[in-house]
Amino acid sequence: MLRFFALRLGRALLTIALVVTFAFIVLRLSGDPALMIMSPDAPPEALAAFRQAWGLDEPIWLQYLKYFTAILQGELGQSMRDGRPAIQLVLERIPATLMLTLPALALKVGLGIPAGIYAALHRNSLTDRVVMTFAVAGFTVPSFVLGLILVLIFAVQLGWLPSGGQESWRSAILPVISMGLGGAGILARFTRSAMLEVLGQPYIRTASAKGVPWHAVIRKHALPNAAIPTVTVVGFMVGSLMAGAVVVESVFSWPGVGRLMVVAVSNRDLAVVQCILLLVSATMVTSNLIVDLLYGVLDPRLRGHAAPGSGH
Amino acid sequence: MTIAPLVSIRDLRVAFHGLPALRGIDLDVMPGEAVGLVGESGCGKSVTWLAALGLLPATAVVTGSVKLDGTELLGAAPAVLDRVRGGRVAMIFQDPASALNPVKRVGGQVAEALALHRGMTGAAANAEVLRLFDQVGIPDARRRVHIYPHEMSGGQNQRVMIAMALAGQPELLVADEPTTALDATIQAQILDLLRRLQQETGMALVLISHDLGVVAEMCRRVCVMYAGRIVEQAPSDTLFADPRHPYTRGLLAALPDMVGPRRRLEAIPGGVPEPWNMPPGCAFAPRCGHATAECDAAIPGFSSVGPDHEAACIHLESAMAPA
Repeated sequence: MLRFFALRLGRALLTIALVVTFAFIVLRLSGDPALMIMSPDAPPEALAAFRQAWGLDEPIWLQYLKYFTAILQGELGQSMRDGRPAIQLVLERIPATLMLTLPALALKVGLGIPAGIYAALHRNSLTDRVVMTFAVAGFTVPSFVLGLILVLIFAVQLGWLPSGGQESWRSAILPVISMGLGGAGILARFTRSAMLEVLGQPYIRTASAKGVPWHAVIRKHALPNAAIPTVTVVGFMVGSLMAGAVVVESVFSWPGVGRLMVVAVSNRDLAVVQCILLLVSATMVTSNLIVDLLYGVLDPRLRGHAAPGSGH
Repeated sequence: MTIAPLVSIRDLRVAFHGLPALRGIDLDVMPGEAVGLVGESGCGKSVTWLAALGLLPATAVVTGSVKLDGTELLGAAPAVLDRVRGGRVAMIFQDPASALNPVKRVGGQVAEALALHRGMTGAAANAEVLRLFDQVGIPDARRRVHIYPHEMSGGQNQRVMIAMALAGQPELLVADEPTTALDATIQAQILDLLRRLQQETGMALVLISHDLGVVAEMCRRVCVMYAGRIVEQAPSDTLFADPRHPYTRGLLAALPDMVGPRRRLEAIPGGVPEPWNMPPGCAFAPRCGHATAECDAAIPGFSSVGPDHEAACIHLESAMAPA
């Protein structure tokens, strides 16, 4: 068990290192931060001074080495734009993002899983078809399109809710719904197919054959088995708590991590972007790690072995 | 002889999506009796008992009558069926590894049946689980109750299934191909166990198998099924010594003899008719060497050919003559 955990932890750290490296490469290749931040018509001396100040004139491998050692020492750099520590800029935005993503996660789980279970238990009924139609619509319509439709109806037409900004909890309602419905649809479909798969297994027939009432067959025999694939999907959703709101935050002008990221990328504000990517990948990797450990709790067959479907 | 049958099945029919799987089964099981149900896969052996206990999916259309001690089971309320299943009629299945819940400890799965049918919980239930494990011959029961199905062999899993079936103290145990998924030495052990338990508890046993040898060894009486109907039933010795239905004769001819000269084994020509292509009369007629035009006129009923020996064929006389 300890070996399993150490192995997983090692892989998790490797994943984060790869993400950080990848981010470095892409951002350095895709444009010169000096030009983005200073403007292209700035005097060449000023640009050179900027590059020198931020170490952009050094060989790329040296920049990478410095950048990587700094990260290992917990030094995440400063925003090229306003000179404040990048980590501080990012940390400031986290509460706002969680204010959207946590309720959205609750909506996905609270709506998606029960809907999926219900649809599976009433397979091919009218309700099943209605639930699945909504589920497919929920995850095929992109969240920003849904967001715009919701704004059109509830903000512009009815005037019930604000169309953007962060004035009160009411401002969070539309973004939370636009993010949550799609995930609820995905979870509903996954839960339904997991339940159908489990309900067709011989041990469900065994449980019925020994006289377990149907509701207890579902609760005690089917759900614990169907939980395994569902946990995988929920794990991904937990993992994207930080990253999931990029588009929706922009649509609703919500001052969260997602919007910070959009601004930082377009400015080539390297330290901030890298800091956000580090945060996002750390969240994703941590949640993957928890999912792996949960597999062992849920399924005794996977204890002490590498779990399936968790490759990253 | 006025003992009432424990289970009485009359004209039991099952159809899946409009296609017949069972085409009228009549079968009585007496208290304490061991009955064998043999036939090729797909002939309806398992479906008969799954239908009787209401274990088929909702898409199956089941008609006819299944009475347990005079109580009708078909269409009975779920609460009634839940008392019967595992309590009065228990069932064990072919592949014990997948028939046990993979995420629950084996002891707990047995204890669940004890709670349901005998109201036992806590220490009493734990003690009874240990006793049942001992009874079905699981060594080191005290440790094994805490492990999971994947940590046991197929034979041990089947013993757990049997312990679970015994937990409700049933009057009838339906064993659906209980040894098919196990290797030969384990097969014999499980069959011995079933025979011993039947003697100890006095419960009736229905043994579903495609293996004539297994059935002959275990059962006093045998029913041969073909394409959703019983075509011959007789006491085991009689059936093997004097098979009457051409299908039964074909099955026996396909088995090697234990004594006597070596001979070429004979296969029955052709295959079982598909459910959507059932002959109007005798389902075996297309494969039968004795078939005539009359065989297609109507489904043959049973004729008595000896004490407790019946066969469903209109050519019983000529079929006896060497073909």
